[in-house]
Amino acid sequence: MLDSLRRRPRLAFALLAVLLAALPFIMGFGLGNSWVRVLDFVLLYVLLAIGLNIVVGYAGLLDLGYIAFYALGAYVYAWLASPHFGLHLPFWAVLPIGAAVAGLFGVLLGAPTLRLRGDYLAIVTLGFGEIIRIFMNNLNAPFNLTNGPQGMNLIDPVSVAGLSFGKSLHLFGMKLPPTYLYYYLFLAFTLLAILVAFRLQDSRIGRAWAAIREDEVAAAAMGINTRNMKLLAFAMGATFGGLAGGLFAAFQGFISPESFTLWESILVLCMIVLGGMGNIPGVILGAVLLTMIPEALRYIGDLQRATLGHIVVDPSDLRMLLFGVALVAMMLFRPAGLLPSRQRKREFAAEDGVAEQEQASLYDAKA
Amino acid sequence: MDIFLQQLVNGLVLGSIYALVALGYTMVYGILELINFAHGEVTMIGAMVALSVIGVLMGAAPDLPGVMVVLAGILVAIPACMALAFGIEKIAYRPLRKAPRLAPLITAIGVSIILQNLAMLIWGRQYVSFPPLLPTIRFEFLGAHISLLQIAIVVLAVTIMAGLWLLVEKSRLGRAMRATAQSKEVAQLMGVNVDRVISATFIIGAAIAAIAGVMVSAYYGLAHYYMGFMLGLKAFSAAVLGGIGNIAGAMLGGLLLGVIEALGAGYIGDITGGFLGSHYQDVFAFFVLILVLVFRPSGLLGERVANRA
Repeated sequence: MLDSLRRRPRLAFALLAVLLAALPFIMGFGLGNSWVRVLDFVLLYVLLAIGLNIVVGYAGLLDLGYIAFYALGAYVYAWLASPHFGLHLPFWAVLPIGAAVAGLFGVLLGAPTLRLRGDYLAIVTLGFGEIIRIFMNNLNAPFNLTNGPQGMNLIDPVSVAGLSFGKSLHLFGMKLPPTYLYYYLFLAFTLLAILVAFRLQDSRIGRAWAAIREDEVAAAAMGINTRNMKLLAFAMGATFGGLAGGLFAAFQGFISPESFTLWESILVLCMIVLGGMGNIPGVILGAVLLTMIPEALRYIGDLQRATLGHIVVDPSDLRMLLFGVALVAMMLFRPAGLLPSRQRKREFAAEDGVAEQEQASLYDAKA
Repeated sequence: MDIFLQQLVNGLVLGSIYALVALGYTMVYGILELINFAHGEVTMIGAMVALSVIGVLMGAAPDLPGVMVVLAGILVAIPACMALAFGIEKIAYRPLRKAPRLAPLITAIGVSIILQNLAMLIWGRQYVSFPPLLPTIRFEFLGAHISLLQIAIVVLAVTIMAGLWLLVEKSRLGRAMRATAQSKEVAQLMGVNVDRVISATFIIGAAIAAIAGVMVSAYYGLAHYYMGFMLGLKAFSAAVLGGIGNIAGAMLGGLLLGVIEALGAGYIGDITGGFLGSHYQDVFAFFVLILVLVFRPSGLLGERVANRA
């Protein structure tokens, strides 16, 4: 069946479109409305993972503070569309501003650090993520910018042409709750992001990124402006993060620094690593799996209560532990991810000879 | 002035702890060019193991003098951390020695998450307090208070650093370590067992980290499964400040960072006119890190290394 679909891509696309459109209804009726909410988060994380994939997967820059850009997008949205400052700009104005601010911060952070080696970048971005969180947590005095640890609430929902996504929509006798409406909104943004990411991958820019990732010295020798290209990757990833952050703020109606911890950054990184760095279907798979699994893990708690009478191990405590094990295990046994891109697969499966050559080129560069 | 002196003293004490942890980062980086992300967590495990031993001992032998109990805790924590670091290197880093750079860095993060969450499952989410076993004698010096514990921390830290210096500069193992850091291949040709040297590096770093972990929990009076994260980051910043890969640099960087942090936290309120307060203490390490990386990536004592590779 899969084979016949592969031969008829149009039919496959049509089926996929119908499936995506019907998914919230299937989930809603099959598993309950709370799962539609999970679906919304799946889409948000796919968006985030695709953004981070540009930085980590395409350009090979390990960014551990990615969530800071998500936070910036969310806070910008909250500042411009909530009673906090009394501003209520429409979402189509606020979202781009948030994404642009995040992108700008990406450039500001990237400019000084991108000329350094990759592992320094990891630490600096990690530090940046923490700085942003610490500031969000403390900027409620002397003037109240972020409302501190309490966070900001009553953020305006998205509203398009008089249709507010914050209220249920009655359509043809059917009631569509906000989670359904946001699903379609997020789906549109996610599909757009996927399209952009796909187009980028094969573009001149995308090939330059791949060249930098494989061998920066050689890429520079080929005339690629490595610093600007890396900066572009960084800024673009940050923009995606800011966009997702704005959507998150509008969807939740409430944000606090707690949503933007280092662990969120690492979660998104896990999605990419697990699914297959640099490969979009892999990244999507990773995001879907890692958002759904914790939800499914809740049943382990119920199971324990049913069989043992009480909860021995809290599944939410196990979640991060499992992620850690997954990260290590993936790197050891399947470093290219569940759905690796063809190129990556070759790279990781390369004979020792190739690896040694790479090592040798490393030493050359050092001397 | 007495505030200045007091913060200077606090900074030096905290800085000598940072320096000890930074040594572990810098030694591993010097040899493997790997940021051993899990090192902060090893420090945390050291503190937690020591506190468990101290708790058991206090119940079993209440007559034992406090210093002995703490010493026993340290003596158990050291081998525990050494074994842990040995295992981490063997399982998570060694198979990836020839993999692309990103791979071992990601496993390092994974190991760090695993250790943190295991610690949370074993010791719980709440703070574990350090029992008041150590004497609380305080001296006054030009208006600044110095406790016996603070003096003990600094003296012990300096002793350890001197010992490590001797080990690296004078011993056979130290020479092997330096050779391996320069070139694994050539060291191997000279008959150095590179795998063993790398293991030894991890183990030595972990032993020092265990002591630092106990120091930090004794100093603050508590330990927590999350404490290794911030401590590790700051220690790494200290290592970069001094020049990563350089042992003397880690010591200098640690002390400097401690002082910068203490003075910064003490004066930031005055400097910014009350806009920023001392709860921004944790931010200084990162600003120092970013500034160093921008203006002098090789650190204060580091040699100029090519930063593209």
